Amino acid sequence: MSMVAEQHELRDDALNGLQLSTRVEGIWRTPSGFLGALMSVDHKIVGRRYIVTAFAFLLLGGLLAVLMRVQLARSENTFLSADKYNQLFTMHGSTMMFLFAVPVMEAFAVYLVPLMVGTRNLAFPRLNAFSYWMFLFGGCFLWISFAVNVGPDVGWFAYVPLASLQYTPTKRPDVWAQMITFTEVAALAVSVEIVVTVFKQRAPGMTLDRIPLFVWAMLVTAFLVMFAMPSIMVASTSLILDRLVNTRFYDSSSGGHPLLWQHLFWFFGHPEVYIIFIPGTGMVSAILATFARRPVVGYPVIILSLIATGFLSFGLWVHHMFVTGLPQLGAGLFTASSMLIAVPSGLQIFCWLATLWDGRPVYRTPLLFVIGFIVIFVLGGLSGVMVASVPIDTQVHDTYFVVAHFHYVLIGGAVFPLIGAVYYWFPKITGRMLSERLGRWNFWLAFVGFNVAFFPMHILGLIGMPRRVYTYTADMDWAHLNLLSSGGAAIFAFSFALLLVNVIQSLRSGTLAGDNPWDASTLEWATSSPPPPQNFDRIPVVKHRDPLWLDNASLPVVAGLSVERREVLLTSLAEAEPQIREASPEPSIWPLLTAIATTVFFIGSIFTPWAVLWGTPPMAVALIGWFWPAGSKEDEE
Amino acid sequence: MRQTIVRNVAELPTYGYGPRSGPWWGAIGFMALEGMGFAIAIGAYLYLYAVNPNWPIGAAPPDLWPGTAETIIYLLSVIPNEMTNRVAHRQDLARVRLGLIVMALIGIALLVLRGFEFAHLNTRWDNSAYGSIVWLILGLHTTHLATDVGDTLVLAVLMFTRHAKPRRFSDVTDNVFYWNFVVLAWLPLYVLLDWVPRL
Repeated sequence: MSMVAEQHELRDDALNGLQLSTRVEGIWRTPSGFLGALMSVDHKIVGRRYIVTAFAFLLLGGLLAVLMRVQLARSENTFLSADKYNQLFTMHGSTMMFLFAVPVMEAFAVYLVPLMVGTRNLAFPRLNAFSYWMFLFGGCFLWISFAVNVGPDVGWFAYVPLASLQYTPTKRPDVWAQMITFTEVAALAVSVEIVVTVFKQRAPGMTLDRIPLFVWAMLVTAFLVMFAMPSIMVASTSLILDRLVNTRFYDSSSGGHPLLWQHLFWFFGHPEVYIIFIPGTGMVSAILATFARRPVVGYPVIILSLIATGFLSFGLWVHHMFVTGLPQLGAGLFTASSMLIAVPSGLQIFCWLATLWDGRPVYRTPLLFVIGFIVIFVLGGLSGVMVASVPIDTQVHDTYFVVAHFHYVLIGGAVFPLIGAVYYWFPKITGRMLSERLGRWNFWLAFVGFNVAFFPMHILGLIGMPRRVYTYTADMDWAHLNLLSSGGAAIFAFSFALLLVNVIQSLRSGTLAGDNPWDASTLEWATSSPPPPQNFDRIPVVKHRDPLWLDNASLPVVAGLSVERREVLLTSLAEAEPQIREASPEPSIWPLLTAIATTVFFIGSIFTPWAVLWGTPPMAVALIGWFWPAGSKEDEE
Repeated sequence: MRQTIVRNVAELPTYGYGPRSGPWWGAIGFMALEGMGFAIAIGAYLYLYAVNPNWPIGAAPPDLWPGTAETIIYLLSVIPNEMTNRVAHRQDLARVRLGLIVMALIGIALLVLRGFEFAHLNTRWDNSAYGSIVWLILGLHTTHLATDVGDTLVLAVLMFTRHAKPRRFSDVTDNVFYWNFVVLAWLPLYVLLDWVPRL
């Protein structure tokens, strides 16, 4: 079955040093020029675009939050109309969840996973490029619609019957539903790439118990995406069908059921929280080990906790529906499972605390954000245990208590680790350090601003302020706490402005980073900063869970890969034993063309069902162009 | 960093079959997530079935013959599919071409039968929630069927061109693998769509 390549092919064991670097770099480089940029399949270029785009959406979503806080800062404010406010909170939630939180985590994985497992590109690099374009087009579709006053206004969960044609006869819910389809296609594609990269492209010797914790976290996340997102795709498709061709999924007069929507939505929506949180824990583990100057305590405990969290996250969705009149047994069961998930999360927290306790912590900015994460996330976890209980949930449902809870969990659990990760990996991605002085200001303003903005919301909720109201009367006595909260939001927003300033300044004149500025232990630090197109001149061999702490002067490597064509090394699933020298695809314009064809199909199909007919042939043509061998060396072996 | 060569992999093959290869795992990944899509759709069907006192709603159950005929063809198609798999492993180009053509024809026949099945569902998508979910599920499976037929056709054409290189045989085995998924996904759907309304 095997066909050993002919011997006259030049291999990397015949070259050394600069000669080798230049040669391999020439093969892996993205073509220059505008067209070349559109063709890129380099995971670092696509990953960087993904990160920048996701942060652009964070900025936009954050601006909406600031506008909402301006509106709520005093009673009976007329800064925003009720209709604008509805669009704003819907756009804020949808942008943050679908265009920022999930994509930014996948973006970091796209950039980092191949480097951390010691390979040259993701599995299916063209699918990766396609995924980015779909994400970009879906995000632009939502925001352009918003700009022309067709922004969704039915909440980020688009509950029926409000989202049905009868009650919202505009195209706004369709825009929301199709944006979902775009981003889910993008996320599902990345997930498959991550799974296959981690399963098959790990450096020789990187057995399952030597995989970096960040990579483990992204692997578990990829599985969560694969099993949660099909549910929201069925949901968004059926909603569009109800609105476009009169299907009856959610029409109670014809046997449909509005609660079916909530089940489908939350069967995705709850794992979604962990799709955002688990990568955050991976970032925490990576940062913590480096700055506590010792490996994270309880490596197997953390991995088992991640996997347990993954499984349990599928058994909690009904706790979002406690006030819909569920049978008591169901409510009891979901209360129990909701409380149970605090156990693996708690185990991880104790492992991290033990790491800090036993380590020699160096309090640089990334570690500050990790400590901020621990404080805020634990608070959010505690209010989570509270709302897991049906009687409490019934009281605080749809109040600002819940708003406070999930911002503590999501911002604490994901955004703080993420900003820490930006400070931590910025040197690797750009070759320059971020300013430590600005970083400290950034952290303290974010930490204080966040708590001032969101802690009062607990109290507002308890004294009865409902969510999603565009204003309130003076006699409710909510004005002072709202003003305080708006002040905190301003400080929090300012902390992000500082981050932006820091990034821009450091890109221009930051200190040069060198390969491994933090003296970290994982493989991404074994190559230059930023890494060359080929990542590594030769594929590393791993003999230890913390390879660079075992030996930071020399890197054991394998030789024998081609220097005439793009090749990656496939290894076995458990033991990471070398199996195949697999060809890796070259740059191609077809993923972009496929994404454009798919975009026409998706947007067309919220206006007419015939789009399915005339939209399919261009997609089919683009896909054939994508997969048809172009006569390049990769394909002809 | 200084590099120390500790191993040479020059003798390794440049492609492989099954779990050794990357695309095989990619196919597994897509089957898992698409299988989840089917599971969710089945769940939605059973949910609507559970909350409605009458099922099917305002319609007769689907006529049995198209679905049953399809099921028989699906089950029998596994035989030529497996034969294609074996000749691909043996890198027997002439027989691989034959196998792909046979599989493409079977797929086209099933697509035609699928048209009859839609016509014999005895309900429209806009009649009731029952009609909606039945059309959704059948539509979802038809998308998979059509995708695989398209893939088989392109691969069949490819194997008649100069691109029919050894590594393409691995692609053929992945196509075979995906067809098994299309067959396997159909079996519970057949029971659900054709027999549950008769309970």
